[in-house]
Amino acid sequence: MHVPDGFLDAPTSIATGAVAVVAVGVALRGARRELDDKTAPLAGLVAAFVFATQMINFPVGAGTSGHLMGGALAAVLVGPWTGVLCVSVVLIVQSLLFADGGITALGTNILLIAVTTVVVGWFVTRVLLKVLPKRVGMVAPAAAIGAFVSVPTAALVFTGLYAVGGTADISLTTLATAMLGWHTVIGLGEAAITFLAVGAILSVRPDLVYAARGVISERELVIKTKESVA
Amino acid sequence: MPAHLKVLALVGFMLVVVATPREWFAAYAFFLAVLVTVGAVARVRPGWVLKRMVVETPFVVFAVLMPFIAQGPRVDVLGLSLSESGLLSAWGLLAKGTLGVIAGLLLAATTTPQELVRGLERLRMPEQLVQIMAFMVRYLEVVTDEMRRMAVARASRGFVARNPLHWPVLARSVGALFIRSFERGERVHLAMVSRGYTGRMPRCDVSSLSR
Repeated sequence: MHVPDGFLDAPTSIATGAVAVVAVGVALRGARRELDDKTAPLAGLVAAFVFATQMINFPVGAGTSGHLMGGALAAVLVGPWTGVLCVSVVLIVQSLLFADGGITALGTNILLIAVTTVVVGWFVTRVLLKVLPKRVGMVAPAAAIGAFVSVPTAALVFTGLYAVGGTADISLTTLATAMLGWHTVIGLGEAAITFLAVGAILSVRPDLVYAARGVISERELVIKTKESVA
Repeated sequence: MPAHLKVLALVGFMLVVVATPREWFAAYAFFLAVLVTVGAVARVRPGWVLKRMVVETPFVVFAVLMPFIAQGPRVDVLGLSLSESGLLSAWGLLAKGTLGVIAGLLLAATTTPQELVRGLERLRMPEQLVQIMAFMVRYLEVVTDEMRRMAVARASRGFVARNPLHWPVLARSVGALFIRSFERGERVHLAMVSRGYTGRMPRCDVSSLSR
């Protein structure tokens, strides 16, 4: 859910905007290292993919449905820098062309949805892959846990921002409990879908999954001739 | 009106709105009047805006809950004990959020994605970011079409997603969509390289071509 205009006061919005500008700047430099001159077309297409994915509704039952946020998924698939860039661009386009997420809250939204979820999702996944046995089968579960952790973390960051510049006086504990509880549930869904999607991609094109690069062993080229098979 | 001025106007206007204390009811009437005037001058149909205001729904729910969960002194409204500050907050959130959505939609209604990308370029957005956005906007239609075709393919095989048991199917579609998008990105990149692309876009003024 995007933060709309007027949720946080103007100074906080401007401050988060400044932080978001710095974060996107750092991500730009990092992404160039990840992709060099491929950056624009690939990141653009992945951004379009993230946007489209958010339109797919996953039924939860009782007539309700949710959609993927895709921050952690993007990080696992294309790496953290490109991930931050893609999700930020998606948010900018959503805010300016679909009025989804307020324009003064754009910095806040980038900070929460692009930076926090991508970085946390990536970090957790990386640490898990370092600890777990080096097998391709470990990538999807690690990504799922990364996705699960990333959503409530973003909710916590939002609660922190609200403590600084909230415009309504709700007790912070009420807000924190509600946000965390609700987003833990959302995180479970995010984890399940990320797990399934990463698994599906790994089984078809494991080379495209950025997080799996350290895990996929250098495969020997095997040339089968009649003699060697027989 | 050039897109970059519109974006600046929108940001300025919304900052003013967000910074306005919520007790100044008259100011909000004025803000709304400004938006209505802009909409009328730009000939945006009110129905079009109203239909797209659906994006507000989740946070309207939040605002409606405000009077029930906020602290402070209580007032009785229609037999319900509501928090005074909560009511004010709810009004503030609704007013500011709604103005934001309307203002954003007015920009969206009067600006094509291409104009918007060029406008942001004028506003000194980093070139790489402008390029990424240009590609996203350009291929959004293609990728969402791809997604729609998958949905049609699923539906024509009798698939209806009803509960979490159906998630694996949808997730596989997400995976397939990613692979298709990424490979298309690679193809586009190669096609560009073979036409001399080195990481910078050649400048060309589209407005002079379309006349």
